[in-house]
Amino acid sequence: MGEQAPIAIVLAPLFGALLIAFVGIRFKALCLPVTLGALTVSLAATIETFRTVLSEGEFIYLISGWERLGEGKGISIGIEYRVDAISALVLLVIAAVSLLVAVYSRTRVVAETPDRIPYYYMLYLLLVAGLAGMTITNDAFNLFVLLEISSLTSYALIAVGSRRAVLSAFNYVIMGTIGASFYLLGVGYLYIKTGVLNMEDIHAVIVANDLAESPSIQVAFVLILMAVWIKMAFFPLHAWLPNAYSYSPTTTGALMAPLVTKVMIYIMIRMMVTVFGLDYAFRATLGMPFNWSNLVVSLSSIAIVAGSVMALSRRDLKKMLSYIIIAEVGYMVGGAWLANERGMTGAVYHIVNDAFMTLCLFLAVGVFIARTGDPRIAGMNGLFKKMPITMAAFTIGALSMIGLPPTCGFFSKWYLVGGGIEAGQWHFVGALLFSSLVNAVIFFRIFEIAYFPKELSDPAPECTDPDAAPVATLQRTPLSMSLPLWISAIALIGLGIFNHTITQWIGSALGSLKFFPPAG
Amino acid sequence: MEIIVSPVPFYACLASLLAVIPIVAFGRWPNIRETCTFLAGAAKLALVLAMVPVVLKGKLIEFTLVNEIVKGVPLQFRVDGLGILFGLVASSLWILTTLYSTGYMRGANEHSQTRFYAFFAVSLCATLGVAFAANLLTLYLFYEMLSLATYPLVTHHQDKEARSGGRTYLTYLLSTSIGFVLPAMLYCYSKTGGSMDFSTGGFLAGRVGPTEGLVVLLLFVFGFAKSGIMPFHSWLPNAMVAPTPVSALLHAVAVVKVGVFCTIRVITGVFGTDFLQTLDIAAVVSWIAGFTVLVSSLIALTQDNLKRRLAFSTIGQLSYIILGVSFLTANGVIGSSMHIAMHAVGKITLFFCAGAIYIATGKKYVSQLSGIGRRMPFTMAAFTLGSLSIIGLPPLCGAWSKWFLFLGGMDAKQYVLVGILIVSSLLNIAYLIPIVIKAFFEQPSEEDKVDGIAEAPLACVIPLCCTALGCVALFAFPGFLHSLARLIATTTTTP
Repeated sequence: MGEQAPIAIVLAPLFGALLIAFVGIRFKALCLPVTLGALTVSLAATIETFRTVLSEGEFIYLISGWERLGEGKGISIGIEYRVDAISALVLLVIAAVSLLVAVYSRTRVVAETPDRIPYYYMLYLLLVAGLAGMTITNDAFNLFVLLEISSLTSYALIAVGSRRAVLSAFNYVIMGTIGASFYLLGVGYLYIKTGVLNMEDIHAVIVANDLAESPSIQVAFVLILMAVWIKMAFFPLHAWLPNAYSYSPTTTGALMAPLVTKVMIYIMIRMMVTVFGLDYAFRATLGMPFNWSNLVVSLSSIAIVAGSVMALSRRDLKKMLSYIIIAEVGYMVGGAWLANERGMTGAVYHIVNDAFMTLCLFLAVGVFIARTGDPRIAGMNGLFKKMPITMAAFTIGALSMIGLPPTCGFFSKWYLVGGGIEAGQWHFVGALLFSSLVNAVIFFRIFEIAYFPKELSDPAPECTDPDAAPVATLQRTPLSMSLPLWISAIALIGLGIFNHTITQWIGSALGSLKFFPPAG
Repeated sequence: MEIIVSPVPFYACLASLLAVIPIVAFGRWPNIRETCTFLAGAAKLALVLAMVPVVLKGKLIEFTLVNEIVKGVPLQFRVDGLGILFGLVASSLWILTTLYSTGYMRGANEHSQTRFYAFFAVSLCATLGVAFAANLLTLYLFYEMLSLATYPLVTHHQDKEARSGGRTYLTYLLSTSIGFVLPAMLYCYSKTGGSMDFSTGGFLAGRVGPTEGLVVLLLFVFGFAKSGIMPFHSWLPNAMVAPTPVSALLHAVAVVKVGVFCTIRVITGVFGTDFLQTLDIAAVVSWIAGFTVLVSSLIALTQDNLKRRLAFSTIGQLSYIILGVSFLTANGVIGSSMHIAMHAVGKITLFFCAGAIYIATGKKYVSQLSGIGRRMPFTMAAFTLGSLSIIGLPPLCGAWSKWFLFLGGMDAKQYVLVGILIVSSLLNIAYLIPIVIKAFFEQPSEEDKVDGIAEAPLACVIPLCCTALGCVALFAFPGFLHSLARLIATTTTTP
């Protein structure tokens, strides 16, 4: 059974979705149990896979047992799954986050989308299957298929909300489709040039035939980068994200915000490390007077500063968090492109941390909105007194975003800033510190509002949607909402304290790689 | 140097943190709650005292909590002379402050007292964590913890003034620690390849040139803005919106001394005095500190709010300590270390008095204090002793530390800076003694006339008398502190 664990990670939510299609439509009460069951199986399979990776290191899983053909390592003809410490870590994040959010969704889905419960959970499971599949697959085209699955489901999951959500989902459809097309084009170029679709084989063919200078490969590189940047909302390709995350139903935001951008960053790292190779990624100049490493790190610095500044002026909680995510994407992209091991370690470590930080904050904000019915920052007035336990969890998430010890956000910064100093990218160091300070301003302003009692001057929320079904505010926070929140808050401290262990895992996957200092 | 492995420093740190649980649990029963605080304080002091004889013998006490918090850097405690000195000052004054808070908070009928005591205990845990930290990262972790734990204390009143005071507080402390210390620390980390231990010679010794050295040094000195060094000082007067026990223990002793303590650690443990001597950059810090001493004393002259006047006085006195250690001489280090204790005892007395005056009469301004000495003779007598100690006159303890600071300056041949110290002492007289004169020799205004003595509650008066007598006692028996300071000087400087 153990050796089939990798496929079970993806199949469990996929079959769960099918089961809901057959059974859940008729028996609505079964939707949530089926979802929870599927995700628990997926989590168990992930843990099993993770243990295998820890004990045996990186391994390949052959779907349907299609062996490689040819001499030596040969060429893959079937779809392979490939798990190393990094992808195992990301898979663990996906499984854990999706299960926590599913628990959290118990009252929310019923309250916000009462007539679409089976469809909602079906889409939810398909999205998780898509994200997990993208992370584990070793096949560039299979990745495209799963990318489309997760994109299409996420459009629907967003649009299921209010009328504003429909418009933001449409925005996202357009941007997302452009991104996916870029990716497909990129893979097309790679396939034309190399004749293979397996990621490791593509790399082997590029190296063996010395194709690095080929214009087709270079175009493919740019196209794929553009595709993942659009999908991860890397500034200035971010415009779809804030509205999509803030107008969608609570659960959708809480699921997508931690996972979607983070998985896309993982894909970018996968492309850099496995498909093109770090040597190529960091040294390619494409005949232009700069190298990619410097260019992308500069773009990341801009993204970090821009995201932080935009977050500063938002009055809507979820929107503010969305802009912070855009800044955080800059952290990870920049870290990955610093061209040293510390930066790359920091980027991967921050994928895990940022997922849980975002999760914690989105869950907390979900609780606030469920309790007060007010999505504005100003609506948090006096919350420290009204709901101290939830505010404590929110505080931990906020401190982690600012990057204060002992939360994991501090240690992310430790590696990222350290990598920046090592690479001599002082603007990146400056941007990270700037972003920390801006986050401090943002969150302490919120704490002030929640801590100092004050009369509200205009009690009417500005973001009311006349078409949305009025959602009754809860008198008490149900356990199904507070438990996932607290697990994520405690995870933030745990991830911080055990950062050395986690970075050692990451290091074991990066250990064999050679980090070239960027030329020039 | 002999190292003893023992968890005592960790327990000393933990004692007050664990006290939070009973403090919150017994929130409804104030007497039990305060008893818990006292017990925690006693336990903490006992644990610190237990370490003193060992440290005086020249041994170090070490305890590793986490082997590698990041690669190569453990979460580790190590108790040396400087750490025990500071730990002793903070934990002994905490007990007196608790007694004082009981009187003050009940006298002023403050709200949310449970929160107050809980965060006070957390702050003390962080303070001892800083005192006993064995490396820069451990130090930084507790430093940040202290910034956050004191925020609810500073903003305790939760009104508009508290809001803006708290905002200034965090803006200064967080922006300097994140903006300056963090990059400087990471720079050290990448320079040394992972080691950040405060070994005697300084872990950065020999690894940086004068220019980088100066930049890193200034990043640290300004970054640890809790030391109130100019131009990053204005959080301290603004933090005076806090209830007086907070101003007394945290903003005259624990928090601000954590700032100077970190600066001393940077000079002696990160760079090492010998290395700074070779780089020849410490004079920059001396001059900044000298400037702060002079300017803050001048500003103190203009302040009418008593607590703000004391706050500016604190800023100046803190820079004495930085000045002393930046002379890089044995006497300078002795003077600085002793001034940590001497100033703490003197200044906490003054703050206790300011709070007692407020509780008894509701007065906050120096100009309102005419004739208050007749009404509150004990308080104002203590105030007089505290003032004289801050000025540095015998027979009060401030005289000793100033004496060594002068000697340190003479050894370093920084005659101008010694001159500044002397001028500053005169300014201390100018801003403190008029208060005493006003209290005892001026006639109170008609509506303030009270027959007989009307002091603050006994729980407020006892602690301030204790610390005032402490000022005298430490003048008469400075031997113990002096031997600790000498130990610090011999381990951090070469004669």
